[in-house]
Amino acid sequence: MKKQGSDGNPAPVMPALPEPLKDLKIKYTKIFINNEWHDSVSGKKFAVFNPATEEKICEVEEGDKADVDKAVKAARKAFELGSTWRTMDASERGRLLNKLADLVERDRLILATMETIDGGKLFSTAYLMDLGACIKTLRYCAGWADKIHGRTVPMDGNFFTFTRHEPIGVCGQIIPWNFPLVMFIWKIAPALCCGNTVVVKPAEQTPLSALYMGSLIKEAGFPPGVVNIVPGFGPTAGAAISHHMDIDKVAFTGSTEVGKLIKEAAGKSNLKRVTLELGGKSPNIIFADADLDAAVEFAHIGLFYHQGQCCIAGSRIFVEEPIYDEFVRRSIERAKKYTLGDPLKPGVQQGPQIDKEQYQKILELIESGKKEGAKLECGGGPWGDKGYFIQPTVFSNVTDDMRIAKEEIFGPVQQIMKFKTIDEVIKRANNTTYGLAAAVFTKDIDKALTFAAALQAGTVWVNCYSALSAQCPFGGFKMSGNGREM
Amino acid sequence: ASPIPAPNPRPDIAYNKIFINNEWHDAVSKKTFPTINPATGEVICQVAEGDKADVDKAVKAAKAAFQLGSPWRRMDASHRGKLLNRLADLIERDRAYLAALETLDNGKPYAISYLVDLDMVVKCLRYFAGWSDKFHGKTIPLDGDFFCYTRHEPVGVCGQIIPWNFPLLMQAWKLGPALATGNVVVMKVAEQTPLSALYVASLIKEAGFPPGVVNIIPGYGPTAGAAISSHMDIDKVAFTGSTEVGHLIQKAAAESNLKRVTLELGGKSPNIIMSDADMDWAVDQAHFALFFNQGQCCCAGSRTYVQEDIYNEFVERSVEKAKARVVGNPFDFKTEQGPQVDEEQFKKILGYISTGQREGAKLLCGGSPAADRGYFIQPTVFGDVQDSMTIAREEV
Repeated sequence: MKKQGSDGNPAPVMPALPEPLKDLKIKYTKIFINNEWHDSVSGKKFAVFNPATEEKICEVEEGDKADVDKAVKAARKAFELGSTWRTMDASERGRLLNKLADLVERDRLILATMETIDGGKLFSTAYLMDLGACIKTLRYCAGWADKIHGRTVPMDGNFFTFTRHEPIGVCGQIIPWNFPLVMFIWKIAPALCCGNTVVVKPAEQTPLSALYMGSLIKEAGFPPGVVNIVPGFGPTAGAAISHHMDIDKVAFTGSTEVGKLIKEAAGKSNLKRVTLELGGKSPNIIFADADLDAAVEFAHIGLFYHQGQCCIAGSRIFVEEPIYDEFVRRSIERAKKYTLGDPLKPGVQQGPQIDKEQYQKILELIESGKKEGAKLECGGGPWGDKGYFIQPTVFSNVTDDMRIAKEEIFGPVQQIMKFKTIDEVIKRANNTTYGLAAAVFTKDIDKALTFAAALQAGTVWVNCYSALSAQCPFGGFKMSGNGREM
Repeated sequence: ASPIPAPNPRPDIAYNKIFINNEWHDAVSKKTFPTINPATGEVICQVAEGDKADVDKAVKAAKAAFQLGSPWRRMDASHRGKLLNRLADLIERDRAYLAALETLDNGKPYAISYLVDLDMVVKCLRYFAGWSDKFHGKTIPLDGDFFCYTRHEPVGVCGQIIPWNFPLLMQAWKLGPALATGNVVVMKVAEQTPLSALYVASLIKEAGFPPGVVNIIPGYGPTAGAAISSHMDIDKVAFTGSTEVGHLIQKAAAESNLKRVTLELGGKSPNIIMSDADMDWAVDQAHFALFFNQGQCCCAGSRTYVQEDIYNEFVERSVEKAKARVVGNPFDFKTEQGPQVDEEQFKKILGYISTGQREGAKLLCGGSPAADRGYFIQPTVFGDVQDSMTIAREEV
């Protein structure tokens, strides 16, 4: 079987990696409503920082309830029966999404550089992975636009019955800072594909790429009011969305703690539909019959990707007793091979955490690990004299009751625990209020299929980790979320 | 079609306790509450009053029944369908008894309980029985060298809170899909109408559902209902009832464990009659749309918009029809309209009627109680209603 891109298999391969833009100018810092740029109603602005240097990048208009109200009015008008958007062919919506993908491809370098500076992401990752995912997701959803089928139903009685899948209406979308552009696209692409209008609040840490997308959305030809972007803070702009009496649905990706507030606000206000993508403490189970090299590598990337700031991070690694010591040894070796630094520079493997709040929370959890008796194998503290950098950290001999085994760290901190039997590890893996993802490494097909069914997680990976693509549904069991995206 | 069997208006009440693990339990508190016959205002019997402690017991039983490897989890999907069909068979066998019990506790005319409610219950269960082994996941052509598939797995312990307007049908609508897909259930039935659902519990045991798969708790909203919506070990809550309570359920779900929520709430559904409609048919349908089940339907057509040029004639015919509606003892085959379900609803509706008059709507017929005892209300028609009036905006 030839790998994609090799001789005799001309499937697409990764593009070559250019250098980041040297002198990125931030052109869009205002609120985007009706395809126009607005100052905030209050006149307030907030600062956006580069987490690698702690320096201010620029200031952005700070949206609050009044700005959300304006945006909702615009979105509601764009959704009126008979509007351009409502009377547009579904296939035309698809064409617009494909056009937007073309524009993102054209400005890939700008967006990747911006994502790196604003989000602390490695440039190579931003350019190849994040932007790649954005483009593919837009094109995937573009293809669905005119394939949303209802049904004719053979009902009892002398009736003709059919269902129509109609857009919900005005969708409020609140997105996080860990994958700013990808999360923006994951939210708007399906919503627009189905004919909704949206009011998006990007994270206050990372509003820049979303605002740049506003300019591309206008350029692509989406009618005014279809997409509106209101940068601001959670307790103000975010809460205004979740409480709004004229928003029909709220979609939120972020912490479980805030997810609860959002669902409650929706219930208190107008019972708007709610979907949530929340946190995780995903188990990664390694059996002695696994390919050990692959398991170590996947477990490593599964935790340390983007400085550990992934909802799906494999942050509880259960290793079968016979291979435990060897697995720990190889994991430490792998974690030590790291160069930290400015994520714009080539050769850097780990960038900073997103901000001071996260940085402090992670360090506090690391301390708890030390205090509660886990064995610190490497790392365990901050790095460098500026920027929010934390050394890649590995804990072994972790037990299930430790805070680092229960709480979501969202940082470069890997927990390795030991297990003996299948029944034991199934129970321990499921013993969490989270349920976003899970993985099992084994060559035994019976074990693989058993775990695929037994693990209480929205996505289960077998002999891999973090395999995600636009075609797969994504979402959590239990308190990792409600509903599915993609 | 075979004639409707004559009802026994004094059916024996065999089941009035809490159903957990296929057994009958008193309430942990030992408390009971009365259930009332709305045609007479008299107590039919006492029923065990479930509260948080009973919900906890039920959830424990449901969880045990849902454990990986349990009989319910290991059962073939097709066999779940077989059990649902068996339950439908048993309900068909006891159709006359259940219809009488439904009429006694809810007040709906017996002929309708028998022909409509029970018919729809049986059909619903058979429909979902058929679906049991047809819940497909997908294989997906993912990017990269991967094999990707989805599995549709049961959610887990489903809390289900049902209303009093169609007690048996609401029970079937909740149990059918949940059981077909392999979930386990903790159901709270309405305090006004617990009896028919509890009898069905005995049939669930007789049909062969494993213990703990279905658990049924009679009790009140603020106690047993709230215990369900805020339970940390219930994976989903499904509620049918008022929008007011729907808000509370979602809040509780959010504050506790983010359980999945589905809500079927109130309505004020518009029924629009254009002048090119068949007049007879439109009057007939609009009448049915509002007056069916004593007006106690979430989908009642409670705002009838009539195109100007046919308005007067439409109103005249509608009033005639309302005046002819036979209100009386629900066990009598001549009766078309029984009592409202309880005193609270009775008072609320009379309140709306008087508000309607106060705000200037034209009372064209009815408007008062229809009898000296029981919660009967005359079929009432208001003309010249403006959109701003309370009776045009709120669910009566």
